[in-house]
Amino acid sequence: MIVSLTINGEPKTATIGGFESLLRVLRDDLGLLGSKNACEQGECGSCSVVLDGEVVCACLVMAADCEGSDVTTVEAYGTGDDLHPFQQAMLDEHGVQCGFCTPGIVVTGIRLLEENPTPTEDEIREALSGNICRCTGYGGILRAFDRLAKEGTE
Amino acid sequence: MEFVAAKDLDEALVAKANHPDAEFLAGGTDLMVEVNLAHHRPSSAIGLRRVDELREMTDLRIGAGVTWATLESHPHRALAQAARTVGSPQIRAAGTLGGNIGTASPAGDGLPWIAALDGTIELRSKDRGTRVMPWREFFVGVKRTAILPDEAIVAVRIPEDTPARQEFAKIGVRNAMVISTVSCVVTHGDNGTTVALGSVAPTPMRATRAEEMINAEKNPSEAALAEFARIVSEEVRPITDHRSTESYRRHGAGVLARRLLERCLS
Ligand SMILES: Cc1cc2nc3c(=O)[nH]c(=O)nc-3n(C[C@H](O)[C@H](O)[C@H](O)COP(=O)(O)OP(=O)(O)OC[C@H]3O[C@@H](n4cnc5c(N)ncnc54)[C@H](O)[C@@H]3O)c2cc1C
Ligand code: FES
Ligand code: FES
Repeated sequence: MIVSLTINGEPKTATIGGFESLLRVLRDDLGLLGSKNACEQGECGSCSVVLDGEVVCACLVMAADCEGSDVTTVEAYGTGDDLHPFQQAMLDEHGVQCGFCTPGIVVTGIRLLEENPTPTEDEIREALSGNICRCTGYGGILRAFDRLAKEGTE
Repeated sequence: MEFVAAKDLDEALVAKANHPDAEFLAGGTDLMVEVNLAHHRPSSAIGLRRVDELREMTDLRIGAGVTWATLESHPHRALAQAARTVGSPQIRAAGTLGGNIGTASPAGDGLPWIAALDGTIELRSKDRGTRVMPWREFFVGVKRTAILPDEAIVAVRIPEDTPARQEFAKIGVRNAMVISTVSCVVTHGDNGTTVALGSVAPTPMRATRAEEMINAEKNPSEAALAEFARIVSEEVRPITDHRSTESYRRHGAGVLARRLLERCLS
């Protein structure tokens, strides 16, 4: 079946063979390799995307169920030369090591900041509780939010 | 038929009547794990995400399609507490109470609340309309329910005289993203105390002997509370599996039930 949806503001169509996930379609059919596939069980958050306004795990979304949906992936937020302020802050504060969790953290973090521009540390930790990072210990990631908050008030 | 994104409940029920082996898809947080791991390949699926009727919610009737994220602020305290412990924000944004009931895992965090409040499951089919089933009849075994192949879960209903106090807690190996080792809801009100537990039997269960014992006490003494915990531990029927052992679950059940009762009485 053919599914039409909006991805990062652009209309797209995808040919769905069965019950594959949105993550598979993004990566394998549409060439959007930003969203990572680490567990395919909803446990790690490396596949986080915004689906119709909510951050969800793309690996648990059935692509066939996405007709008319609006999807935002990490590719929406910046390019290698022109980073989103949160991406820049993640770099500056060493919130990235191996980088595998980073796309999910960026999607979740930017969505949090859109909804709540001045989150408390508890709110940040809660928002990121579904994004597992095995490398950084989260210190750099939390400092990235701090840096943005400081820059915002200067 | 491979996939139907139902626009309303009628369309979903017609599709299910015509394809009784089709699988409903709500948030997908249980079903897609099975599909991804290739444990399960549905012959066809019926998407419920767009069905507004399933998202209706009042204090006494909760639509099957209401997400955990919405339930986090439900006026029933123990249900809201349970909702806040489910998975992660991503899981709570997608996962629904109806999916929790449909999966009927012993560890489903919404189920002890339904049992503690003597909830009923509202089912509907195209040909036979609505039937309402007490939770005890609905949950029949590990991941097994009494739903018929042409039925959908439409809502959970709870009786009107809800208890004044209710508390939920669960034990797991960490704070976020954790499946319950033991979960428990205790309620307390004019009609006495109820105790329901999850992850300690094939289905959610009530600790009825412990309820009887504590309901005979006006102001439970320290000794009565200890006896209450002991009976809860005795009544549960846990197993040892990859998440925990039988003896730890027994112990945890007694500790949780007592702690929640004390909170209800304070
Ligand atoms: C990482 C992760 C963490 C999790 N953590 C928890 C947790 O802490 N606590 C917990 O309880 N669960 C947890 N779960 C399990 C899951 O999120 C919940 O059981 C959730 O409530 C399922 O809802 P859903 O809408 O996603 O169900 P789906 O996956 O869409 O459906 C589940 C089953 O129910 C059936 N179904 C759905 N809706 C209906 C309906 N209206 N009528 C009839 N049948 C229906 C489906 O056919 C399917 O068989 C977790 C899952 C993941 C992936
Ligand atoms: S790949 Fe989706 S949560 Fe891990
Ligand atoms: S940077 Fe390696 S997992 Fe987060």
